[in-house]
Amino acid sequence: MSTVQTPAKSMTGGELGLILVFAALGFFSVVVAAKAYTPEYAFHAYLFAAASIATVFIIGNRYMDRPAELPPQTIDGKPNYNMLPVKVGTLLALFWGIAGFLIGVIIALQMAFPLLNFDLPWISFGRLRPLHTSAVIFAFGGNVLIASSFYVVQRTSHARLAGYLAPWFVVLGYNFFIVIAGTGYLLGITQGKEYAEPEWYADLWLTIVWVTYFLVFLGTVLKRKEPHIYVANWFYFAFILTIAVLHLGNNAAIPVSVFSPKSYIVWSGVQDAMVQWWYGHNAVGFFLTAGFLALMYYFIPKRAERPVYSYRLSIVHFWALIFLYIWAGPHHLHYTALPDWAQTLGMTFSIILWMPSWGGMINGLMTLSGAWDKLRTDPVIRMMVVAVAFYGMATFEGPMMSVKSVNSLSHYTEWGIGHVHSGALGWVAYISFGAIYCLVPWLWNKREMYSMKAIEWHFWISTLGIVLYISSMWVAGILQGLMWRAYTSLGFLEYSFIETVEAIHPLYVIRAVGGILFLAGALIMAWNVVMTIYRAETVSQPSGVALAPAE
Amino acid sequence: MSTAHDSHDKGVDAATGTPTTGHEWDGIQELNNPLPRWWLWTFYATILWAIGYWVVYPAWPLVSSFTPGLSGWHSRSAVVEQLADLQKLRAVSSAKLANVPLDEIEKNPELLNLARAEGRVAFADNCAPCHGAGGGGAKGFPNLNDDDWLWGGTLEQISATITHGARSGDDEGHQGNMMAFGPILTKAEISDVADYVRSLSGTGPKDLPSVQKGAAVFAANCAACHGEDGKGNQELGSKNLTDGIWLYGGDKATIVQTITNGRGGVMPAWTSRLSPTTIKALTVYVHTLGGGQ
Repeated sequence: MSTVQTPAKSMTGGELGLILVFAALGFFSVVVAAKAYTPEYAFHAYLFAAASIATVFIIGNRYMDRPAELPPQTIDGKPNYNMLPVKVGTLLALFWGIAGFLIGVIIALQMAFPLLNFDLPWISFGRLRPLHTSAVIFAFGGNVLIASSFYVVQRTSHARLAGYLAPWFVVLGYNFFIVIAGTGYLLGITQGKEYAEPEWYADLWLTIVWVTYFLVFLGTVLKRKEPHIYVANWFYFAFILTIAVLHLGNNAAIPVSVFSPKSYIVWSGVQDAMVQWWYGHNAVGFFLTAGFLALMYYFIPKRAERPVYSYRLSIVHFWALIFLYIWAGPHHLHYTALPDWAQTLGMTFSIILWMPSWGGMINGLMTLSGAWDKLRTDPVIRMMVVAVAFYGMATFEGPMMSVKSVNSLSHYTEWGIGHVHSGALGWVAYISFGAIYCLVPWLWNKREMYSMKAIEWHFWISTLGIVLYISSMWVAGILQGLMWRAYTSLGFLEYSFIETVEAIHPLYVIRAVGGILFLAGALIMAWNVVMTIYRAETVSQPSGVALAPAE
Repeated sequence: MSTAHDSHDKGVDAATGTPTTGHEWDGIQELNNPLPRWWLWTFYATILWAIGYWVVYPAWPLVSSFTPGLSGWHSRSAVVEQLADLQKLRAVSSAKLANVPLDEIEKNPELLNLARAEGRVAFADNCAPCHGAGGGGAKGFPNLNDDDWLWGGTLEQISATITHGARSGDDEGHQGNMMAFGPILTKAEISDVADYVRSLSGTGPKDLPSVQKGAAVFAANCAACHGEDGKGNQELGSKNLTDGIWLYGGDKATIVQTITNGRGGVMPAWTSRLSPTTIKALTVYVHTLGGGQ
């Protein structure tokens, strides 16, 4: 029928190169596994070997199955969006989120009832705590950010995602990093840096994945058909770039041997502490704030079908935020060996950061003007607006806690845990849930989520959970802080440490109940997502994507 | 919303009457609203406040020093001041405790109350992790409520133990060790002597043949420290084996383990960590827990 000659099928440089690289990595990993100093490290080397060999086969099979030509950039003049990696990332986010919340509930119960450590090293609080933080921040949050950024950058650039295998390498490679990190914690492999626990080989792997992520994102923006770069993409850029810098700086370490999981950080003493909190605080600033503000800037106007409130505010608060955040880390080291001048800078820049943080809140909330009724009718909008409200609350509380006199009461207490969770549960998780509730119908071409009623239930159950969580931790933190510093009229300490632990025990129980409610909400969401994919009404043009063709 | 839109044509948002910037991405437009005034002024105010703070407090790094600030405030001197304030607050009670001999304190109800008030919290923060919240002890950590004392239960002896510890590295601390007899005795001998030791307190039966054999082993190897009668020696910290109170456990397996591998639990020396008055208060507190001699 057609006389058009099909070009001879051949491997792309990327396919061939990756097959060779992964074949080599697989072989190398087997050698490392055979000579590894510890069985735990050998296990990780075998995981690398298995993943490398699997990758070689997958790329090979994919090549055999694909047509000679790679997928076109456009079809009928419309961008041929690459949404499958976004779908996979979204589902992985959901999976890791529930895993992370569940571990959070377990360690909350361990705090209240230490018996639940069962004297087993693998499930002791010390190992599960980093598993929880990494699972919720990097596994859940990271997959939300990667998936949503791949969606948003395509839609707002009107261009197909750059790269053929690269987007898959980013999504799967990142999740492989999570598996290495998480199993490492359980087996006792850690470099002991908070939120940067994975050892050197996991860090190196993440570096390669992250640079690829940056290139895919940059390549897509460079292909854009729009004259300007949308504000959400500025925030994604700030997030990706800064996390790369933070990751490299804080994980600068020298391995004992290629056959050992152990490494030594090049920084030492108070400089190490400062680098650690420069990293830690900016992980909050650029991962949990800038990254999720990008979600806010896309999904709120899109779902509310309203313009962004102020272009000028978005510019000013963006540049102010990224300039100021980087200075604020020392407020984690008040009243320590850190020089006073550094503590002052950390505190004052945290105060200046207050309004730039609130710029995002104002832009998020005011975008609803003209559509406030949707708060009542659309639980997804309500979830995202409550997220922005929690964001505003946490970014007020943060500068307040950075003031040294407040910090002398709040530091090392449960108040810190309460503060973090009003940001983590209220802001990060809620804006992510909102985005997932938008994305799932858009990605799977459904009219809406399967059950709006289930979203209402999710909203109310988890909101109750958040309120229980943060208010119990506020009370516990202030109680601890006051008890620790209480002196009798004779000048002796009024309470011993164990008495302060006893006093907050009921609050630990309330916190665990809050966590269980939050987890229950997420399980409702997971059910709803599965039902949406399998049961919801299919449409050719899902709501919210009216202006562009489906994939 | 869905009308064709030229990106350079600045429109007006119908719902609010606000002009848009003319940009559009995936259907999202932007309003051309100014910065909220209150937002901007609050932003400026925080910057001004920070500059003021930098003038008053240490703030900016220089080549080899930093700007000290007009107030001359320094966190090190601040904490010294606070500690001095605390000492002043404590001075009255501390002076009272500091200036009386140890054995006078319990005779005076006011001093006893002072000592117990300070001792209670000092004990809970420093001693309870090993000896338990009520001083009840745990495996390897002596119970301080009973009248069975390794190193003596008089005020002087308790004070010495708290101050210098046992096997703590402090030259004046208690030094004695339960040595490991694994390399010296046969397994059969260890088993026999364990039976003998258990028989001393009635923990185990007295009429076993092994008890007789164990008695000989005991006399040759153990009596030097634990005494002919097994009642121990507080000078050496050797345990009284006849009272049925066990530090590590009185079952046969544990005693065999103790004899085979020896024991050498550490009590830290507190002299460098607690003030002499606090140690005094702790001594009285421990002495009055129930077993003081």
